Amino acid sequence: MSLSTVEVSTAAAPTEDAAAKGIQGRTPLQLVVARLRTDRVAIASIVMILLIVLLAICAPLIAHVTGHSPTEANVDTGTDANGQPLPPGSAGYLLGTDNLGRDILVRIAYGAQISLLVGVLATAIATVIGVVVGLFAGYYGGWLDSILARIMDVVLSFPYVLFAIVLVSVFGASLPLTILVIAFFSFAAIGRIVRGQALSQREKEYVEAAHSLGAGDIRIMFVDILPNLVAPVIVLATLLIPAAIIFEATLSFLGLGVEPPTPSWGNMLSDAEGVGFQAWWFYIFPMLFLLATTLSFNLLGDAVRDALDPRTERIFAARRKRKPV
Amino acid sequence: MPELDIVPSTDGEVLLRAEGLVKHFPLKEGIFFKHQVGSVKAVDGVTLAVRRGETLGLVGETGCGKSTLARSIMRLYPLTAGRLIFDGADLSTLSRSRMRPYRRGMQMIFQDPYGSLNPRRRVGSIIGDPLAIHKMAKGAGRTKRVQELMEVVGLNPEHYNRFPAEFSGGQRQRIGVARALALHPKLIVCDEPVSALDVSIQAQIINLLDDLQAEFGLTYLFIAHDLSVVQHVSDRVAVMYLGKLVEVADVKDLYSTPRHPYTNALLSASVVADPDKARSRDRIILSGDVPSPINPPSGCRFHTRCPKAQALCSTEEPQLRSAAGDPASHQTACHFPVADGEKLASEKAAILHAVEGFLAEAPSVGAGSREASAT
Repeated sequence: MSLSTVEVSTAAAPTEDAAAKGIQGRTPLQLVVARLRTDRVAIASIVMILLIVLLAICAPLIAHVTGHSPTEANVDTGTDANGQPLPPGSAGYLLGTDNLGRDILVRIAYGAQISLLVGVLATAIATVIGVVVGLFAGYYGGWLDSILARIMDVVLSFPYVLFAIVLVSVFGASLPLTILVIAFFSFAAIGRIVRGQALSQREKEYVEAAHSLGAGDIRIMFVDILPNLVAPVIVLATLLIPAAIIFEATLSFLGLGVEPPTPSWGNMLSDAEGVGFQAWWFYIFPMLFLLATTLSFNLLGDAVRDALDPRTERIFAARRKRKPV
Repeated sequence: MPELDIVPSTDGEVLLRAEGLVKHFPLKEGIFFKHQVGSVKAVDGVTLAVRRGETLGLVGETGCGKSTLARSIMRLYPLTAGRLIFDGADLSTLSRSRMRPYRRGMQMIFQDPYGSLNPRRRVGSIIGDPLAIHKMAKGAGRTKRVQELMEVVGLNPEHYNRFPAEFSGGQRQRIGVARALALHPKLIVCDEPVSALDVSIQAQIINLLDDLQAEFGLTYLFIAHDLSVVQHVSDRVAVMYLGKLVEVADVKDLYSTPRHPYTNALLSASVVADPDKARSRDRIILSGDVPSPINPPSGCRFHTRCPKAQALCSTEEPQLRSAAGDPASHQTACHFPVADGEKLASEKAAILHAVEGFLAEAPSVGAGSREASAT
């Protein structure tokens, strides 16, 4: 593997005798990276995600270069002589304009900001809550576990769209509320996995060893048990990001998420309702970006899961063999 | 339970004393409302003392409660009953947080060198754990101390940043030893520290433990089921059967004149490397299985399998005491201790003799096997 040769050469610092040190052991992280590097689907997903992140970061730059605001109509140039939206490829409008004459490219770039922000932030909050709840439930067991596990079951079986509609009607739609609603409905998925893992890990002898050293419960949970749960948590978190992005798009589409005129892929699709085949660029482009983003994160999540589990090495081998020569 | 003074007061200072130590695990039944239907009497009234600087070996077969006793002494479980006095302090009812300062004085080496080290943490942080928990050293000081410890137990300090999976079984057990040493404990409870290792590695670890004892003045409670290992390392030996001690003696006395029939059976079952000697020995073969610790036999717990059992044995429980002619340090819990030169033979042993006789009478089979054994 190419990575190992790179490592050996970098490990041979001038002050140390590389031959005496022998073969360098590889950390779990290095192994995972090495496995991911051989997975072409993973590489493609990562490139795609990086491109979308770049688009989101460059959104103000695109707006500046084109001179088009994401929210305000370009009255002079954004529509044709009849006041109709411009198709893609029109002068200055790469992806065309919408019915108010707004630049779809600029709106998609700003929408990417929203989608990524919601996806990552909601997942981060859900992961933190899920890990803490799951660890407490699994480690302590007993009545605490009964209560927390039942709460997670209830959350998982809740009709979340109805819940969101109720919350929005009470508090009014806003981005922070959207993120919190998504985090609330996602934490249980991680919490259940962490609980199950913690249940099995707490019976391990190293936990007993930590007890005999005098370690407290919090230390055992977060210093001893948590590192053993990192793999499933990373995989699940990666798979939660696209779910959160779709959740946000759904809420925005229903008018319960990001408030217009702030662009989001969801409310752009909502704007495209009823335009039919006449102005196909209204919905095709937001849909394509939504699809590309969620697909990339999903494929990356699968690849990370395979890379974290050494037993799937055989699956990789079989996949390689099955390829037509 | 009468208080027994196992160790004569002239015989050095007692570091750890357990008095009538009991650990029962409740058995619960019921789907919604659990109620206790019984208990596993894993340790059922053990009284023993460990003297400063000695190694007390604890032997017994699988499931007799050795490990539960070790974990109870380490206060990894709440005790069901009994007292535990360590270095003059009564630890029997302390809460986990109140117990913490005393853990500096007593540490444990675990049986499984694979399970007892966290696979996702680096060796340096595993060995440094006790220092971090007891806030004894930080940052560079901790690193230095950990590397010293690694050197003491014969590990390369350069391997500080490796994961446990990168070490062999023997090296991993050295990591466990280094972790136990980090706080300069007085007592180390070794729960079968070598039984998971290859024989050649066993010797290395035992010698390491020996050297460390001499260097740091450690006291060991050494649990094992390998009688030759116990004979090698121990000053005194306690024999356990079904949650109770049946015999305690200096190692010489126990191996030369075992008094309890169970000790006799145990010693006769140990493996001898020389086949000729093994043949000439009388093996005492016990009938039946170890009774369930959920419902142990009445009176002497060994009476169901004892070749010398009499009516008294099933009604009255024998206490640990010195048999006639034994030194005070040699104590046996038996109504009818085995006398010097007495042979304990059981029916099964007779069957074995019959098989050997049959082999001798059948010339073709017997000659063949004898030739094979002669070469």
